[in-house]
Amino acid sequence: MSSTTNSTHHTSTIGAIGAPSRRNTELALLVFAVVIPVFAYANVGLAINDQVPAGLLSYGLGLGLMAGVGHLGVRKFAPYADPLLLPLATLLNGLGLVIIYRLDQSKLLQSLPNFAPAAPRQLLYTALGIAMFVAVLIFLKDHRVLQRYTYISMFAALVLLLLPLVPGLGADVFGAKIWIRVPGLGTLQPGEFAKIVLAVFFAGYLMVKRDALALASRRFMGLYLPRGRDLGPILVVWAISILILVFETDLGTSLLFFGMFVIMLYVATERTSWIVFGLLMSAVGAVGVASFEPHIQTRVQAWLNPMREYKLSRQITHDGILHSDQLQQALWAFGSGGTLGTGLGQGHSDLIKFAANSDFVLATFGEELGLAGVMAILLIYGLIVERGVRTALAARDPFGKLLAIGLSGAFALQVFVVAGGVMGLIPLTGMTLPFVAYGGSSVLANWALIGILIRISDTARRPAPTPASNPDAEMTQVVRPS
Amino acid sequence: MNKPLRRIAIFCGLLVLALLIRDNWLQYVKADELRTQTENRRVAIERYANPRGDIIVDGEPITGSVVAKNGDFKYKRTYKNGPMWAPVTGYSSQAFDGSQLEKINDGILTGNDDRLFFRNTLDMITGKQKQGGNVVTTLNAAAQKAAYNGLKERGGKGAVVALEPSTGKILALASYPSYDPSSFAGNTNKDAKAWNSLQKNNNPADPMQNRALRETYPPGSTFKVVTAAAALENGKYTSADQPTDSPLPWTMPGTTTQLKNEGSIPCKNATMRVALQYSCNTVFGKIGSDLGNDKMLAEAKKFGFAAEQFTPIRSNASVFSSGMNQSQTALSSIGQYNTAATPLQMAMVASAVANDGKLMKPYMVSELSTHNLDVIEQTKPQELSQPLSTQNAQILQQMMETVVEKGTGTNAQIGGGVTVGGKTGTAQHGVANSANPYAWFISFAKLSDGSSPVAVAVVIEDESANRDDISGGGLAAPIAKDVMKAVIDAKK
Repeated sequence: MSSTTNSTHHTSTIGAIGAPSRRNTELALLVFAVVIPVFAYANVGLAINDQVPAGLLSYGLGLGLMAGVGHLGVRKFAPYADPLLLPLATLLNGLGLVIIYRLDQSKLLQSLPNFAPAAPRQLLYTALGIAMFVAVLIFLKDHRVLQRYTYISMFAALVLLLLPLVPGLGADVFGAKIWIRVPGLGTLQPGEFAKIVLAVFFAGYLMVKRDALALASRRFMGLYLPRGRDLGPILVVWAISILILVFETDLGTSLLFFGMFVIMLYVATERTSWIVFGLLMSAVGAVGVASFEPHIQTRVQAWLNPMREYKLSRQITHDGILHSDQLQQALWAFGSGGTLGTGLGQGHSDLIKFAANSDFVLATFGEELGLAGVMAILLIYGLIVERGVRTALAARDPFGKLLAIGLSGAFALQVFVVAGGVMGLIPLTGMTLPFVAYGGSSVLANWALIGILIRISDTARRPAPTPASNPDAEMTQVVRPS
Repeated sequence: MNKPLRRIAIFCGLLVLALLIRDNWLQYVKADELRTQTENRRVAIERYANPRGDIIVDGEPITGSVVAKNGDFKYKRTYKNGPMWAPVTGYSSQAFDGSQLEKINDGILTGNDDRLFFRNTLDMITGKQKQGGNVVTTLNAAAQKAAYNGLKERGGKGAVVALEPSTGKILALASYPSYDPSSFAGNTNKDAKAWNSLQKNNNPADPMQNRALRETYPPGSTFKVVTAAAALENGKYTSADQPTDSPLPWTMPGTTTQLKNEGSIPCKNATMRVALQYSCNTVFGKIGSDLGNDKMLAEAKKFGFAAEQFTPIRSNASVFSSGMNQSQTALSSIGQYNTAATPLQMAMVASAVANDGKLMKPYMVSELSTHNLDVIEQTKPQELSQPLSTQNAQILQQMMETVVEKGTGTNAQIGGGVTVGGKTGTAQHGVANSANPYAWFISFAKLSDGSSPVAVAVVIEDESANRDDISGGGLAAPIAKDVMKAVIDAKK
């Protein structure tokens, strides 16, 4: 019985036997998640060309079909999964497509060199993303399988992180070296995938080591300080984050990985001291690197005074720094949107020019859908994170808990770092808003992330095996001969 | 493991909350500030998103709007007869902002003026495109054409201002050389090139200078009208035909320098009528010197000197110095030394005399209206001052009429029952008077019923002409005549 009591103690979503699968709820929500972007798409066409866009039908059918495939995949392979995750992700992905299509219509962006319509490609990425999502559900029957690959994951994550530094493979885009160029395929952002792989490694590692890390400690000034040798892993991760910051000059990825690790470490050990350590180390690292890395300094300067940066970008400077007016342009886009926005297709967020549909995509939401629209988007992200945390709470195995909270925490951090950067809350970093921003790596990786969360939640919400089948199992301490 | 999980949930909630607060800060608290910041290109895009209202002359627009081919600014300004009207309209350029009426009434023309709010809201509800209001001017197209073409035919630099004496309406305001504001209305490299070629640094003729309002010239003998008014107003002489106390030759007080007349003209103890007819420097120099600096300055100020005029385009203040000794006052009283006047100022002098001594405030915008001609604001004629009593004004009118009838200004005669009164001026300038002088003519026309429909000032600075050929009567008077005739013909 203890399992059942434990479960009810953990979370209220685990009901008694015969808990509803909620698949029909998911389907109903999915209808909304498809219909809303379709209307938005029609709205863009009407606003810009005074006619319903020609591709409306195929776009609507395409999105509906993809959502349907996703739904069928969940129904078949993860019938007890959380019903909100798939509709929320679909809605974000659909709205992202609308905004990307809208920016494709901008004459200003069309006049830039290297312009190519991004919406068709993003649609393709979305299809691949959904395929990835279903593939995760099919091939990952039980998330605990991933535990086996703990150390392989570590190796894979390191490789992914280091790829952009390989000469000839890496591509330097606006100062941040987080891309690799795959001949024939375009560019990839391996950091997006590293996020997931690294979460798997952290979860596997911490599950094994958490008792050692948690219990063997000394008390000092009200804090439980870890032993020196137990500091090892956090130091290593910290060092890697710093290296990312130095060599790839990417504050966002660095912050994301370190933050994710600290969150998982804290959850695994329940020791507040790790948080304190984590904050101290990231502060030391960030300040230390910023004091000698000009690219980071520029970012901080631009964040502190975007107007000055805007003015510098208009003149010829000889300081060897690439000044960009993007942040100020984004702030203007937000401000010009006001409470309700200009309406889709009627804003001028294309003034951001470079990366308007990727890193800065939120600014277009801000201008055209206003405060109301951005708050809605942020709340959708909040809901996704909430469902992720809930999945972690509901999960019955420590590995699943750690993996779920690691992925959700990383997702939340990424949204915060990107949205906060674009809105001028924190220095700008080169990361993309999950599901919404243009970019294949991001879409693929995030659909995989949602797939894993769905898998964990399915396992967590699946009704416990009927006690009647083996009434003694839980009551008796079984000592297995080994 | 669930306690830390819940804490992490709270932490994630705080992250989202921080974003929400920041977003409210940006899109609600700071929204208006960001939206209206001048560097925000949306401000300019919005500004050119709708066709601009028009500037109207005689019921016809002299401006227009076309859809620009390039860039993100939709509408671009066009001008009909741009160079002729440039001193009135100024310019409105996507790249170089605006000037004069285009700039002063920008709110009305773009439709952003608060007084158009109701109309805009109505248009928005009924689904019509937002449209700017119109600026209706007092100008007279025929007079403007006569003025501009007159200057253009001469080919030198110059300016013409014509006023309606009874109201102060500006009927003509021409400056030459001029520029076509259409040539740089857009936002392309071509526009920038056109703009640069018009700047004073690259173009010594300085075509963008509004000479009618912003250039002050020594008024020369035309200033004698002001001096004569001072003499009458201060009671020094009470009639045009009373002999003045004017020795010839006359040595300026406090100096050993004799004030010279142009040629041998009958100036000794001449009446003011004769002195004005022949333009005697000695007579008016002595009147100014006798009256003294203060009285001369007071009279000049009543005519509008020493003050900027807002028509609503600002004109420079004309100068009559204070703190001068007697000989300097004498020179100043014949329009030399430091005395300098804008063409508008001298037109105001002629206009005040013609309007029986009352100076009306010059203005060129009669009303602001919505695009469907509902009046938003109307300008009422306004009396600025009374530099002359009615009686003295009529004496001065007769004196000026004599000038045109048989004096230096015979070129301005119109005939056909129209009486013209005027005064010529040939002003020395340059170091030791080496540069070619400025030719002036100020005049008014009077119809048979005694009303005066127009007063004009013409100035020509002609560097290419033979120095001896330059005289107010020769160069400037014919232009003044054409302008006056155009106004009178348009009235018929």
